[in-house]
Amino acid sequence: MDDLCRLTISEIAGLLKKKEVKSTDILNSYVKRIKAEEPEISAYLYNDFEEAERNAEAADKIISSGSDYPALTGIPLSIKDIFLIKGKRTTCASKILDNFISPYDSTVVRKLKENNYVFLGKTNLDEFAMGSSTENSAYKITKNPYDLNRVPGGSSGGSAASVAADLCAGSFGTDTGGSVRQPAALCGVVGLKPTYGLISRYGIIAFSSSLDQAGILSKDVTDAAIMLEAVAGFDEKDQTTRKFNVKKYAEIVKKADKSILKGLNIGIPAEFFSDGLDPEINSKVSEIKILLKDLGANIIDISLPDTKYSVSTYYIIATSEASSNLERYDGIRYGYRYNENDGGAIQSLDDLYRKSREAGFGNEVKRRIILGTFALSAGYYDAYYKKASLVRKLIIKNYKDAFAKADIIIGPTSPTPAFLIGEKTADPLSMYLSDIYTISVNLAYLPGLSIPVGAVKNPTKTDGILPVGLQIISPWTTEDKLLSVAKIIEDEVKFREKIKK
Amino acid sequence: MHGNNDSFEAVIGLEVHSQLLTKTKMFCSCPNIFGMEPNTAVCPVCLALPGALPVINIEAVRLAVKAALALNININKKSLFARKNYFYPDLPKGYQISQYLDPVSSNGYLDIETEDSSKKNKINKRIRINRLHIEEDAGKLIHIGNRSYVDLNRAGTPLVEIVSEPDLSSAAEASAYLKSLREILVYLGVSDGNMEEGSFRCDANVSVRRKGDPELGTRAEIKNVNSFKFVEKAIEFEIERQIDLILNGGKVIQETRLYDSKENITRSMRGKEEAHDYRYFEEPDLPPLILSKEFINDVKNSITELPAEKRRRYVSEYKLTEYDAEVLTQDKEIADYFEDLIKENSNRIDIKKLANWVINELLSELKLKESEERMPLSAKNFLELITAVESGSINRNTGKIVLAEMLSSGKSALEIIKEKNLAQVSDDKGIEDIVKQVVNENQKEFADLIGGKDKLFGFFVGEIMKKTKGKANPKKANEILRKYIEENK
Repeated sequence: MDDLCRLTISEIAGLLKKKEVKSTDILNSYVKRIKAEEPEISAYLYNDFEEAERNAEAADKIISSGSDYPALTGIPLSIKDIFLIKGKRTTCASKILDNFISPYDSTVVRKLKENNYVFLGKTNLDEFAMGSSTENSAYKITKNPYDLNRVPGGSSGGSAASVAADLCAGSFGTDTGGSVRQPAALCGVVGLKPTYGLISRYGIIAFSSSLDQAGILSKDVTDAAIMLEAVAGFDEKDQTTRKFNVKKYAEIVKKADKSILKGLNIGIPAEFFSDGLDPEINSKVSEIKILLKDLGANIIDISLPDTKYSVSTYYIIATSEASSNLERYDGIRYGYRYNENDGGAIQSLDDLYRKSREAGFGNEVKRRIILGTFALSAGYYDAYYKKASLVRKLIIKNYKDAFAKADIIIGPTSPTPAFLIGEKTADPLSMYLSDIYTISVNLAYLPGLSIPVGAVKNPTKTDGILPVGLQIISPWTTEDKLLSVAKIIEDEVKFREKIKK
Repeated sequence: MHGNNDSFEAVIGLEVHSQLLTKTKMFCSCPNIFGMEPNTAVCPVCLALPGALPVINIEAVRLAVKAALALNININKKSLFARKNYFYPDLPKGYQISQYLDPVSSNGYLDIETEDSSKKNKINKRIRINRLHIEEDAGKLIHIGNRSYVDLNRAGTPLVEIVSEPDLSSAAEASAYLKSLREILVYLGVSDGNMEEGSFRCDANVSVRRKGDPELGTRAEIKNVNSFKFVEKAIEFEIERQIDLILNGGKVIQETRLYDSKENITRSMRGKEEAHDYRYFEEPDLPPLILSKEFINDVKNSITELPAEKRRRYVSEYKLTEYDAEVLTQDKEIADYFEDLIKENSNRIDIKKLANWVINELLSELKLKESEERMPLSAKNFLELITAVESGSINRNTGKIVLAEMLSSGKSALEIIKEKNLAQVSDDKGIEDIVKQVVNENQKEFADLIGGKDKLFGFFVGEIMKKTKGKANPKKANEILRKYIEENK
């Protein structure tokens, strides 16, 4: 029974359905695993086993009642601490929300509750989802399960590590510039960032409203499809969601057959194979190219000429929106408020704001607030924010042109495998570059997925390996196609089976 | 010598904020009501809790478009919401959702009545309107002792901001513009127009320049003016202040000034250097606001006759005086009521008489009673009373008493007349009997009357009215008394 935590969601669901195990058995396996491994990995900000037990018992009742039940019934999941859950602490890994207990449920969590999921706990992240290593958390540093000296990526590093280390069956994260796909790549799990607007942002703490999108971290592609189906769809509380036709992703993925690759045009953007790309990752991606070609796909060279501007464009738009989104953390209504016992006296209202935000926000958050405030300032707006918005349009057009030739696009997810803790903290710019291949997907509102396709040798750990992620990008709202292609690659590569050995 | 006051002219533009009469707030479903317990009409959205998102209230959009159409402002089929960023405790998000570069409507006008340069003739003047846009209100700070409290009930209330061009040249014009604007918004049911409660507010941009100078002077923005009277006074003060400053060799600086109604002065609040950089940018949580032709037409069709048109029609169609038309149209409820009377007027009572009844009797009676209900009488009931008087079945004075009774008891005119036995004694026999009785009781006076003391005629009429408690038809009483005198001469 100890191995139950190693199963995928579809495998657990199968056992539950056949009544071979109970949800409480599954939960017990996870609790045991978390107690053993979590102290080393620090994927979670907190666990809530009491709540989990209540959820599992409720799920068991529903399952034993014999009627139909939703796909995630009785499945233990972890949630990035950026989603609000009623009555639960939600900090976004920031001191400024240290004492914040949410009075309402995010739409994603509401849907998960309707799905009778089991809530295992909140996972760690970079403060306000700002970072690529989860080192910016105000509370703890999450370790990569493949090497505890290395980062899990970020900002959904806690979620990725929790899935990779079998500390949950799947996890919900968010992806603003790669925050689901990059940690998925670094931790060897599947990471899906759907089309902007497919999943409601209501109740997700905002970093950059026009880029943020809830995402999924899972053990395999089938699980990603199941999880997506459970939470996708129009929400009257989020006007940026659309009345998309939410497809039966799980069923579509199940039926995915190699034959769909025949004649499929797979675009390889030259710009994704630039100087900064680790040669070993480059060769892993090349192996997949050959594999797909062998399966009948047409591999075509394409160009996304404005990719070189995507990092700077992103850091202007994201920080501008963030500077505004984070204004609500002013110490007045909730969260951390500077106390005179903490230091000097409060001189004025402005001083209270200043001192509360000074003590409440971490350095990276402050850096981005300052950057965004500057970019929106009178006299600089045209040169920065407005210019960036125009470049964003060019990047959208790049993709549109590319998709006129290619059905889907593939490339590396991250230029490097997991890096060492502390390796990039002194140099924010090099940290920003770790999202160089993922950022433009958010700017263009597109769906993207990272799938583990192999591993490279870990140079600092004897016999150690580090996973490599392949990024697949497909046109707007074509998650069905994206997941199907991913499933076929997964079946060919057999990453999970190989790693288990 | 630099000149005097008369060599200057004022240039004034107004920014009006008006709350919209919607059921719910601009971006959430909290009730939009004034006067609730502090912080009870709030939710995650208007409290700006983490993760909360705005949703556009289409009813507010409808009212804004209605106002814009009535003010001849072009509706923009695509408009954008924008964030205006600043820190203040009554602004929970740290930004106000407003419209900046692409407002819902732009380029309109409002015609006002003003005086020509000789100040003798009334003329119409067209005041251009730059834009009308939609935004949300902030909460309220309440200061008690040395503590400040935040009430967020008002946070997120829908507003329109209406920005005029600097086409106004006096405090009186500004006031006329404001009154006319308010009248239209109240008429349309867009706003309650309440300046004291702050649901209708005005900031004034005032500058002065020497007559004939093509360049505009430096302007000061006056905030915090919460009545028509104060708008006029504040602008008058500010014009004087600026002219004095210039005449004394000073310079007007660009600043925001607060009006202090107690001392009738404006005071500097913040200068240009302290002006906020609002860092406007497109609101990423909301899609562009796209208005269909059908939507706009639908709103257009819902606009009823506006007060100025009504006034013109009352004069031309009903032959009322300008004054009467003005009184009757100042309030849509009164105008509607008056038109109901005309519609229900099956006894074809002269419309001028109906107007007099409304203006002289009903409105003054309501004013006397400080009635909260604006038009408590049904048109049908009021017509019953008017008919009773105009047909002579009760006299005018009794009519007034009945009206007061109707308003306090809610009973119908006929009920009251019957109950209190107020119907006029008009039958000849009845009045003859009373005349005889009065003559009997005042034989000496009657002899004098017959003897030629005509002044006593009034005395006898008075006695007859006294006896009948005013119910005698005065015309009839006169007639019969005269006849009786003739017979007894």
